[in-house]
Amino acid sequence: MAAPTRAELEHRGLLVVPGFVDLHAHLREPGFEDSETIETGARAALRGGFTTICAMPNTEPPIDSAGLIAELIQKAAQAGGARVLPIACITRGRRGTELADLVELARAGAVAFSDDGSPVSDTRLFRNALEYARATGRIVIEHAQDMALSGKGVMHEGAISADLGLAGMPPAAEEAAVARDLSLARLSGARLHLTHLSTRGAVEAVRQAKAGGLTVTADVTPHHLALTDEWVAGSRRFAWEEPDLDVRSSGGAALQPRHPYDTNTKVNPPLRTRDDVEACWAGLRDGTIDCIATDHAPHSSIRKDVEYQDAAFGISAFETALPLLLAGVRVGLAPLETVLRALTDTPRRILGLPDQDDWIAIDRDAEWTVDARSLLSKGKNTPLLGRRLAGRVVLAVIDGKVRYDADASAL
Amino acid sequence: MTVRTSEPLMPAPVAARRWQRRHVLSTEDWSRDEIELVLENTIAMAEVLSRPVRRAPPLRGRTVVLFFAEASTRTRVSFELAAKALSADVVNISASGSSVEKGETLLDTVRTLEALGGDVIVMRHGASGAPYFVADRTSAAVINAGDGWHSHPTQGLLDAYTLRAALGDLAGKRIVIVGDVLHSRVARSDIHTLVPLGASITLSGPATLIPSAWRSDLLPAGVTYEPDLDRALDGADAVIALRLQRERAETGLLPSLREYARTWGLSEARVALMRPAAPVMHPGPMNEGIEIEAAVAHGPRSLIEAQVTNGVAVRMALLYLLAGQPS
Repeated sequence: MAAPTRAELEHRGLLVVPGFVDLHAHLREPGFEDSETIETGARAALRGGFTTICAMPNTEPPIDSAGLIAELIQKAAQAGGARVLPIACITRGRRGTELADLVELARAGAVAFSDDGSPVSDTRLFRNALEYARATGRIVIEHAQDMALSGKGVMHEGAISADLGLAGMPPAAEEAAVARDLSLARLSGARLHLTHLSTRGAVEAVRQAKAGGLTVTADVTPHHLALTDEWVAGSRRFAWEEPDLDVRSSGGAALQPRHPYDTNTKVNPPLRTRDDVEACWAGLRDGTIDCIATDHAPHSSIRKDVEYQDAAFGISAFETALPLLLAGVRVGLAPLETVLRALTDTPRRILGLPDQDDWIAIDRDAEWTVDARSLLSKGKNTPLLGRRLAGRVVLAVIDGKVRYDADASAL
Repeated sequence: MTVRTSEPLMPAPVAARRWQRRHVLSTEDWSRDEIELVLENTIAMAEVLSRPVRRAPPLRGRTVVLFFAEASTRTRVSFELAAKALSADVVNISASGSSVEKGETLLDTVRTLEALGGDVIVMRHGASGAPYFVADRTSAAVINAGDGWHSHPTQGLLDAYTLRAALGDLAGKRIVIVGDVLHSRVARSDIHTLVPLGASITLSGPATLIPSAWRSDLLPAGVTYEPDLDRALDGADAVIALRLQRERAETGLLPSLREYARTWGLSEARVALMRPAAPVMHPGPMNEGIEIEAAVAHGPRSLIEAQVTNGVAVRMALLYLLAGQPS
């Protein structure tokens, strides 16, 4: 199908921008196809405005060999959604004990390396990974978490975890790991990318490292820019909405609090405090945080419809990322251009991707309600279910061809 | 209320004015009025229990399911006595007797309970929040009999009832809670029940066993933290000692049980720092010699047996409010 011209779309009041690039997503294939497949994930991404997504390698088997990379690239080519680029493991089997064949993996098409979710705790091995990866020209994406310190934590450690009797993950678990990683980046001169920063201290550490001349990049997720740990206690107000001190008895119709312990609020890193959210926006505004990544983490209900402590971590994020960010822009937390750059040019530059004829048209004011049945992702695990949001992608073009048209698809 | 004349009369329980709840999951979001209502009904229930025939009819024909996914004898028996005293049919589903230990999910169990059709589900579960999970998926009334570290509302209410009986009005009274507050649903429920009744709470214990937020300026209203137990007890109106799980020392939270007992255990000398005759309580089961000396546990200040007795009456009051009123 031939695309309408950009001028036509802009004339209709739509915002026409380059396609979004997501450098952190989970597509679950191979191994967890009940949660997502490359095809459903790539289609959900496109609907969310992402024309390029990078797939994390924590599948079963983990993507740690050239053969698995080739297979993934082949499947992605047939998926018919966003472009899918593979990220490969840093260590064999994500076990954190020996390096994967990083050069071969890069040659096969890996755009980055990451042991996301199981950060390499052996500091010497991680140093080696960073130094060795330099030869490939690929970035190392680090999920910064001191696993011993976060322990069995299932949410942010603070007043709400104390109240709900849930084990907490202190901000220091992220900040200690960020400090380690920044030291190793200095030592190795490697291209380190810190993903999903979530605490004020972590943002501040990256700000200082950059001021000191270190080449390091970082991203933040839309949910860490909009939601807080109060959501675990049942609040359904964005971080910038009026504080609801009396979470469970304030019964406004539009913002009705839910029962606490909704496992769709369980994500790693955990939803933090208003103060942390504020710091993440400030980091985005001043360039400390370079880009926005979704950490789209779909899960089947089998892994979410359980006790909070036993539920899987993760939020299905492709299809709600844009309206969440627009909501923040609307209240002045960052200029629209800043947010758009963090979704397009900057991640493209970090990954070293060529310019492509990928673009999308956005209706900033179109309101819609998040509904499990209408999400294209197999992962219905979002705490935004039932929430009314504004902003939606009406057209997505890849290589000059219309690949998604909201009006044409059955919504 | 409607009176069924052929049965022994209920001793005029306070009617359901003000009572709107379908479940008892936590008292955290309760008004003082609701707490008072339960305590008033508890007085009526205690009267039933003092009769030669300890039985009243309001739950006749109703089924109370006791679903205990975590071992507990005391609380389960207390609920069972309460349900039977109100003439309910009682069904027990314990961890060992059900499929919980065979890998059956909580969702499966809820579906089974729903199919069995009980009127009230009394549940004990090791995961904080599990009763909310069940309440969202059942048509029965759910009473939380303890979930993880989160809440144990009937313990909070029975402690409030017991303290009221000993001290009168709790306004301005200062209650010390000492021990493993971090992992204690009893501590949370005591806070959420005693503070609305006007008491203030002083928490004491090693920092590793107190939630970090409660050692900062994020303490709940009416609560303070004093690590030094002697200072905490000085002039206090009552003390509640919490059970210390022995594995806390093994997981690096404590150096040794001996050091704990010497530093935060209730001794006769320590309890004497409180106001004269200020009572001592413990939710049980006790580790005598660790968090409490035997002489204190069984001494003149101890209300520990009264707590057990009052527990039955409080649970009767809640069962009555949830399922015992003529509709």
